[in-house]
Amino acid sequence: MAEKMMVKGNEAMAEAAIRAGCRLYFGYPITPQSEFTEYMARRMPEVNGVFLQSESEVAAVNMVYGAACTGYRVMTSTSSPGYSLMQEGVSYIAGARLPAVFVNVVRGGPGLGDIQPAQSDYFQATKGGGHGDYHLIVLAPGTIQESVDLMESAFRMADTYRTPVLVLVDGMLGQMMEPVTFPDFLELKDLHDHSEWALRGAAGRNPNKVTSFDIDPVILEKMNNVIHNVYEEIKKSEIRYEMNSMEDAEYVLVGYGTMGRILTSVVRMARKKGIKAGLFRPITLWPFPYKQLKDAVRGKKSVLTVEMSKGQMVEDVRLAVEGASPVHFYGRTGGMVPTPDEVLTELVRIIG
Amino acid sequence: MIKATYRRPEALAKREFTYCPGCHHGIIHRLVAEVLDELEIREKTLKVAPVGCSVFAYQFFDVDGTVAPHGRAPAVATGMKRSLPDKIVFTYQGDGDLAAIGTAEIIHAANRGEKITTIFVNNAIYGMTGGQMAPTTLLGMRTTTSPYGRKSETEGFPLHVSELIKETAGIVYLERVAVSSPQEVRKAKAAIKKAFTAQINGLGFSMVEVLSTCPTNWGLNPIESIKWLNENLKKEYPLGVFVDRVGDAK
Repeated sequence: MAEKMMVKGNEAMAEAAIRAGCRLYFGYPITPQSEFTEYMARRMPEVNGVFLQSESEVAAVNMVYGAACTGYRVMTSTSSPGYSLMQEGVSYIAGARLPAVFVNVVRGGPGLGDIQPAQSDYFQATKGGGHGDYHLIVLAPGTIQESVDLMESAFRMADTYRTPVLVLVDGMLGQMMEPVTFPDFLELKDLHDHSEWALRGAAGRNPNKVTSFDIDPVILEKMNNVIHNVYEEIKKSEIRYEMNSMEDAEYVLVGYGTMGRILTSVVRMARKKGIKAGLFRPITLWPFPYKQLKDAVRGKKSVLTVEMSKGQMVEDVRLAVEGASPVHFYGRTGGMVPTPDEVLTELVRIIG
Repeated sequence: MIKATYRRPEALAKREFTYCPGCHHGIIHRLVAEVLDELEIREKTLKVAPVGCSVFAYQFFDVDGTVAPHGRAPAVATGMKRSLPDKIVFTYQGDGDLAAIGTAEIIHAANRGEKITTIFVNNAIYGMTGGQMAPTTLLGMRTTTSPYGRKSETEGFPLHVSELIKETAGIVYLERVAVSSPQEVRKAKAAIKKAFTAQINGLGFSMVEVLSTCPTNWGLNPIESIKWLNENLKKEYPLGVFVDRVGDAK
């Protein structure tokens, strides 16, 4: 059994990516994720991997695109303004059906914002971000251990579905330290074999072409339909969420990532006061667990969505609940994190 | 006996070019393909096409390839080469792609000494989008976005990318050529061969800038276009070798 180590979130995710078989990293420094890039700079040479600091996030995402064309596990990490710069490349990667993993350690926005934790990039992460008809699988861990565990899932999903996967964490998860158990190293030879489509030189076969481009709308529509059929498969197989104290709950708290974790404390505190609260924590933000949440809130008195934003995921919560219960929202933004006391006060106010 | 004097290079796809009559992309494509054949690297070559007229280059070469976002080909090629250092990676970019939106990517790829090759086709105008001003457009030249002629006061000066990047230490071969006459075609092919040889030998970044025509958007016929290129484009962008750390190419 592997022993527990105290590790900072950014470094833990980087190590987990390497253990998941990632040997190609391209990145650009930005707070609060710079330790990720620094860790890769130290660690990649030790495992015969590639580390390259790009001249911009625009270049980084395109290096990821190029490396992904060769069919080997590749990733980058960044924070909000950097992820905005990457959107062009993310759209091309999705359109060209390339496997790649992104980590966005979200900070306060919009614009330059600040460097404190935030969840205000939910829309960008789940509703597009770049141009065109595409999605990324979006994974939102709530602890550093879960970040580590989901890193392997992220690469597996990227390879299985030939799609970019985004691990969305807030600056809190990137910056804090927790005890973590790392999984074993995956054997590189056991990873997905992409030789059928990857660009590795047309020796003894017809040339492979990887592109998001076709000038003929009939063909481009077909390409889009292929991608969307894959999305349907993902929706069937990959939705993840966690529930806590939901069986007898009358009030449902909904939150993801760091906020989901804070809501666990709120549930405990509320129950001490005799309020039957429960928690629904989406782990896949795309695909969103619409049906699962709808089933979970059936017969409950009301729903309170809490986010480190002015209210983004709450739109998906409302779509899921379909008016079956009132959906309330509480949020702080700009790098402010709601405390358990604050949320409990809000819950009590709603109950009236 | 009938002797074959010309064959389609293996590295060119069996597909008719869709470029305009008198455009030099066809000649330049063929030269690159002949070099890939002669250096016996077709089966280990990865090509990165740009955005612009030569976006279709991804179909015209019989090698593995992709299409990069506008201007980003050197970054895409970097990702490929770092992943597969034993392969040959080249970008094929026009002046709108390389000298405007992709300026940062080309400078940093050159400066890193990225072991890739860039074929830079400069015709001083945007072709695909319909003849707009490029950073390379000559002063006084009329385009759809400089309808009164390019003025230095408002649009600045023609950008000389080769002169700009020749000072970066990572570059090992850099030459500006033209393909306006049979003699120039031969010289251009030698330059392209040397650039790929630099990559095969793992020396660093190599680039060949090829002055090219755009009869459609220049509003000239193919013959007039070559004359205009010789009389105007070559004056602004003189031909020659800027950097050669390759030695004699075999």
